[in-house]
Amino acid sequence: MNNNEKSKGSLLRNGAVQSLIASVICIIIGLLIGYVVLLIINPAGAAGAIVAILKNFMYYPSVVKATQYFGSTLVKACPLLLCSLSVLFAYKVGLFNIGAAGQYVAGAGACLYFALGFKMPWYVCVLAAIVVAAALAAVSGILKAYCNVNEVISCIMLNWISLYVVNMLLSTVKDPSSPYSLALGSTNAAAALPTLGLEKLFANNKYVSIALPLSVIVAILVWILLEKTKLGYELKATGLNKQAAKYCGMKEKYNIILTMVIAGALAGLGASFYYLTGVEQWAVTQTSVPGMGFNGIAAAFLGGLHPIGAIFSSYFIQHITSGGAYVDKSMYCSQISDFISALIIYLCGFVFFFKLWMNHMLDKRDEKRAMKEEKGGEA
Amino acid sequence: MLLLIQYTLIFASVLILVALGGCFSEHSGVINIGLEGIMVMGALGGALMLRFLSPDLPAVVIILLVMLASIAVGMVYSLLLAVAAINFKADQTLVGTALNLLGTAAAVVVVRAINMAADPNNVSSTVSYIATKKALLVRIGGFEFNWFMLVALLALIISYVVLYKMRFGLRLQACGEHPQAADSVGINVQKMRYAGVLISGVLGGLGGIVYITAGVSEWKFENGVAGFGFLALAVMIFGQWKPVNIGLAALLFGMFRALSNVYNGFGALAALHIPSTVYNMLPYIISLIVLAFTSQKSRAPKAEGIPYDKGQR
Repeated sequence: MNNNEKSKGSLLRNGAVQSLIASVICIIIGLLIGYVVLLIINPAGAAGAIVAILKNFMYYPSVVKATQYFGSTLVKACPLLLCSLSVLFAYKVGLFNIGAAGQYVAGAGACLYFALGFKMPWYVCVLAAIVVAAALAAVSGILKAYCNVNEVISCIMLNWISLYVVNMLLSTVKDPSSPYSLALGSTNAAAALPTLGLEKLFANNKYVSIALPLSVIVAILVWILLEKTKLGYELKATGLNKQAAKYCGMKEKYNIILTMVIAGALAGLGASFYYLTGVEQWAVTQTSVPGMGFNGIAAAFLGGLHPIGAIFSSYFIQHITSGGAYVDKSMYCSQISDFISALIIYLCGFVFFFKLWMNHMLDKRDEKRAMKEEKGGEA
Repeated sequence: MLLLIQYTLIFASVLILVALGGCFSEHSGVINIGLEGIMVMGALGGALMLRFLSPDLPAVVIILLVMLASIAVGMVYSLLLAVAAINFKADQTLVGTALNLLGTAAAVVVVRAINMAADPNNVSSTVSYIATKKALLVRIGGFEFNWFMLVALLALIISYVVLYKMRFGLRLQACGEHPQAADSVGINVQKMRYAGVLISGVLGGLGGIVYITAGVSEWKFENGVAGFGFLALAVMIFGQWKPVNIGLAALLFGMFRALSNVYNGFGALAALHIPSTVYNMLPYIISLIVLAFTSQKSRAPKAEGIPYDKGQR
């Protein structure tokens, strides 16, 4: 039994396990506060609303319908995963890429314009999204490396600039009778991502495409790049201490710019994985930056800043965001799930403290046990 | 021309208030990226007060009550940052970002709940305050004087006096430059940082209500405050964390923002046929360029962003 307890103690000391516990606690507290807010707005349906958010597609009793909507949630989780990878990659190198939102917008603009304006096949459009978003992120990187501009501020400015530019650009390929860009399927079907028969797994949800497996593969590639390659090591070293990295002969300015380029490319890829499925058209009248990049921040931190963790946390965030659509509209608004995911980001700020506290408690317990054993030895 | 001056002054007032808020917080050593969210919450408090007050009340009462509501909400909201950053040593950029997202989401949830309670078919996130807003304005000829312009000017003067002429301000700055040294001579760093963040909550909240009453009589909270909190941070950096410079920088940025409202009134500008979107982008582009040239020799408080740890003397 003693042996058993010891292994439990060491399990609790494991970093990954601690991250998992911390994330679960964040989620639970976030949902609890969300529940309290719902109670204040209208006590009658609060429990039902939280259940609706958590159930999401399981709202439909028919299995076919549920699988179909499960597919839709997954389609939206792909860009979110890539945005969260973008955020966490930059964060590992000491940069806070709040510009993932703007890079996502730029990527969306580029891939849609190449698809609808130039009538290019899908792989060219994906490439365009990657290049344009990476170039936008490079601006922040260059400003940070050479002009010492805080990347958070420059990213925010670029978010708004790219939103306005993309709105202007896509107005040239919009449907004349609505504020939306032209439908992908009818204008240029070659630009839609191939599905390779994946849609059959999700009750013929035609939006499920190769984006799904590719996103997971990209997450694994990011993990390999960060943990198993020399480049990843150098980038992380630059993030930890710029001066020390320079002293060791690393090109610290180049590393900062390269990090932003990779982060931007990830966000741009995410945008193409979403808009090239045709699931949503771009509304050229939108006045606020799409929340995908910001939710990416939530997913990155909820996933314990680990690429594999991000896969699960992205799905979870998208699950509750989609679930927001099923709350009783006569009592609440769907933004309640935005509210809950914002709460979760806030709570993620406490994760570091939580881990510290947990280790402190474990130390104390071990100390007590050691003292007991010593006493037992004396007797 | 008069209209341009009027809009410049009102937008500059917003930027002055919010940038001064950031200035106090950063001088105490806490980076406040969450000013945008604080503005939204302050704006929410003030807008709801405006909506539910009777327009027959004397103007002074309305102005004071609205200011009080914005200040109170902004201050309480900034406590979220203070607790996380000071007591729990959280990553200040992360918490600030969370405050921004939370501010807009919470405001939409609250406004929609109130709108739906009044009329079940009204699912918009808009608050309108046409009647009571008139109390904030005084017409002087063609110029619409807004009392908040005076408030911003007073805040600027008071901030200058507090930061450079009073013991409190000097101690506050010490906590942002070298908290260990400040602690060693008996200054309570935690208390000072709380003061800094709460003052930024007060000024940020106030800035929020000024922004949403500038030129419009209703506000759609889904839009938040459209990046204005970040423009204020750019103003603060451009102003080198000094009140007087912040005032001048705010006038410059305010003018570019005002142009997008009134460019149609200028024959020369209207004749260029530049799409209005370009004018909307202008403040952001200008601030990027300005930051690129001024950040190199930036005089940011040295210890900002670093949680204070007594053990690290």
